[in-house]
Order: sequence, then C-alpha cells, then structure tokens
Amino acid sequence: MAKNNQKTVQSDNQPATQTAAEQINHAIVRSRNVKKIYTMGAETVEALRGVTLEIYQGEYISIMGPSGSGKSTFFNMIGGLDKPSEGQVFIDEVDIAQLDAYELAWLRCRKIGYIFQTFNLIPVMSALENVTLPMVFGGMTSDEARDKGAELLGKVGLGTRLQHRPFELSGGQQQRVAIARSLANDPAIILADEPTGNLDLKTGTEIIEILKKMNKEMGVTIITATHDHKMLAASDRVIWIRDGQVERIERREDLQIQVGTIGGEAE
Amino acid sequence: MAQPKEPDKLLFTDRGRIGKQVVLPWNKSIEICVGSIKTRLGRSIVTLLGIVLAIAFLMSILTNRVMIDNLVAQNDENITLLLQVKAGVDVHDATSVEHKRQQDMWLLTLSMLVALVGIVNSMLMSVTERFREIGTMKCLGALDAFIVRLFFIESTIQGVVGTLIGIPIGFMLTYVRMGISFGFGTFDYAPLLGWTAINIAICLVIGTFLAVVAAWWPARTAAQMQPVEAMRVEE
Repeated sequence: MAKNNQKTVQSDNQPATQTAAEQINHAIVRSRNVKKIYTMGAETVEALRGVTLEIYQGEYISIMGPSGSGKSTFFNMIGGLDKPSEGQVFIDEVDIAQLDAYELAWLRCRKIGYIFQTFNLIPVMSALENVTLPMVFGGMTSDEARDKGAELLGKVGLGTRLQHRPFELSGGQQQRVAIARSLANDPAIILADEPTGNLDLKTGTEIIEILKKMNKEMGVTIITATHDHKMLAASDRVIWIRDGQVERIERREDLQIQVGTIGGEAE
Repeated sequence: MAQPKEPDKLLFTDRGRIGKQVVLPWNKSIEICVGSIKTRLGRSIVTLLGIVLAIAFLMSILTNRVMIDNLVAQNDENITLLLQVKAGVDVHDATSVEHKRQQDMWLLTLSMLVALVGIVNSMLMSVTERFREIGTMKCLGALDAFIVRLFFIESTIQGVVGTLIGIPIGFMLTYVRMGISFGFGTFDYAPLLGWTAINIAICLVIGTFLAVVAAWWPARTAAQMQPVEAMRVEE
C-alpha cells in the first residue's frame, strides 16, 4: 500500500526550464539521508537514522509517530531550528546547513510560519501586535503591517478582537491569532507543532479547518507534527516516523479513515 | 568560520540575495520595552526599587557631604561648634574629616555593589520567565542582537526612572535632617544649589551605568537561547 505512494525521486539537478507539471510538484522541502546524533555523556543516541523525503508546494502534510520516534527532531530540522549531523535539508532549494545566523533568521522570518502547541503569543502584546511583529522584523512599515495584520485576523475570524491581549482570549482564539501570525510574511511553509494538542475536540476541529482553508486558498504548504487523528482527514499525505526512520507514507485516499467520519461534532 | 558562499546557492525563489534583511527599528524596540515594563509592573518595580534605594543612598551621602562642606566653609564659630556636637565633624582636625570621607566612600561602594547584584538577579529572573517568549521571537526571525537590544533598553529605562525617583528621595531625606539639626537658614544656598546640580548629574550617570552593566549578562543569556526552546511544552 505504501509503496505506490512514494513518488519517484527526481534528479537533483533540475533543468533550468521546468515544465508546468514539475513546477506544480516543486519540492519545497527536501531531506536527503538526514541523520541526527545526540551525545549524552558516553552514550550516543541516534534520533534520526537517515530520512529521505520530499514535500511539495501546496501540500498538507502530517507527521505522525510515537514520542521518542524522532518526529520532533525531524520537524525542528525542516523548520530550520536544528541542523542535521549528517545529510542535508533543503528548504526551497537552500541547504539550511550553509546558512549563517542572519540568513537563518531571514528564513524563519520570511519563509516559514510557526504554530506551537502552547500558542506562544507574546503575552505583553495585543493580538494585532503579535501578528504584526514578524512583519516589523521583515521590514514592513507600521501602517502596512497594521492593515495586513487586521486583514489576517479577520480571515481567522478575530476581526473584532484586534486589541485583546492573549490572556483575554480563549485557547482556540489564541491559536487563531497564532495562525494569523504565522501567515504574516506570506511564508512558503507553515510548521505546526501539535497545533490542536492543548485544545478540546471542537476547537481543535475548527483550527484544523482554518489551516485547511489557508492551505487551499493561499496555497501555503502546511506541515504538522501531531498525535491528533482528526488531522489525518485534512492531510494530503501522512508521514509515519518510527525509530528515527520513515516507516510509511500514506496518501489521504489510502487512509482507512474516511473523510467526514471524524470531527462530526463540528457539524 | 566564514566560508565563501556562491551567491547562486542563496537564491530564494522570489527574493534574490539575502543578507541583513531582518530589522527591528528603534522606535518599535522602545515601544515593545515600554509595553513589557507596563505589563510586568510587579517585576519591574522590584528592579526599580533596587535602583531607587541605591541612588537614594548615593544622593543622600553626596548631599550630606556638600552641606557639611558648605557649613565648614562659612567659618563661623557657632556653626563650627554645632558641627562638632551634631555631626561629629571637628573642623580643626583634618585627618578625622578625611577619615569620615573614606568611610563614606567605602559604604557607597559596597551599597552600589549590593544594588548591582540585586538588579542582575532581578533581570536574570525576568529572562528565565521569558524563555518561551524569547524563543518565539527567534522563531519569528529575531536576531540575537534584537533580544540584547530589548533587554538593554528595558534595563536603561528602569535605570533612568529609578534614578529620577531616587534622587529627590535621597536629597529630601538629608536636606530635611540637616535642616532640622542646623536650621534651614544656616546654609549658603548659591553654592549648595550648584553642588546639588553636580550631584544629580553624578547620580544619573551612576544609576544608568548600574542598570546597563547589570543587564549585560542577562541579555547575553537571553540572546543565546535556541529557538527550539519555544517548542518545549513545559516551562
């Protein structure tokens, strides 16, 4: 079942002129034989043991796996938060191991949007200020940033709560602010680490729906690390990681669970 | 460490060459810091109090010295007698005056050190409290330099405000005490005002300096945080 899902790896040196089909399948994230070895005293732990995969532009990907599987390590790596011990990670065709501190910051600012399990809004800032912060880092003027921030918050359904501080918002609302913030600089990728982990079933479903909507409407690639089986229905592909390796990759069509049978409470 | 890079390897699809393109304007930095101080008023007040106390003490000692010098300079028999009785200053014994000064300096140095340790401690705690916040900012693209700058600005604001509060407290305490002992009319006010202006300047410099020096270590600690920290669920 899994075999026919793995796309044949295209040659690394793509010709300068790409066909339309190749552009559609443009690999936004590529990892090649990625290994990560941690040294703890005398012991070495191999958290990742050679992960090779490609994630294409506009995909909605879920990375699943038990804790300790290396899922988080891999996730951090494709987010530019960690560097591999061996192998390479390309984000938008750039080898992240070659980037210096400035370039990494730029990558995080402009190319990647982060969503966290614990929302991680800056507590001293209003919803709008939280959303505009990455735009400020990105060099946008205050006026532009304010307009765009308000628009993004409107998109996630918080158009009337621009000036609320994080502690005045519910968990679901905070996560919506975080989604708006992750979209601030029109990133190519959104990385969501257990985005529904701290939310109840109904709110979690709403968050997944918003993510799916952004994925469809804005074409942003979404990569989530999750335990949440609600997420499977929204995903284009699900990557299962176990013992530091890709165990299998499933397409939504092949998943056992049918779309619609999950998250029924939202209806 | 700096390896030459081929520029074409750094081509991102739509934006060309990347470099120092991540920015945090000064006005925005200050806005963030003011917001942070306001929201965390409790913590800010603790830091502030350390500076207020240190500067009040400094100002009090400086004022005391200036006022006594002021009285000595008048060279009046009655005042000299009062000085010996009420302040233990023997005008005719130069070594005892000098000795008292050295004692004051020693006390001053010690109290400034204690204040410094207090402020460092308080700033370090505020860094620890904000681990996730700092990590998040880094995920959003903040450079180490932004984090350092934010902590320095915050600390400087606290230093200046604390100093501005500490100066009048220290001055009034000493002025009133001396005034009651010697009579407010006894002083020669023209030079006293001049010296007080100089004392205020000294306090401002030392107060701000204390705050900035105290911020250095905590700010560095904060800047070296890895963005992965933001991902940690438990604080």
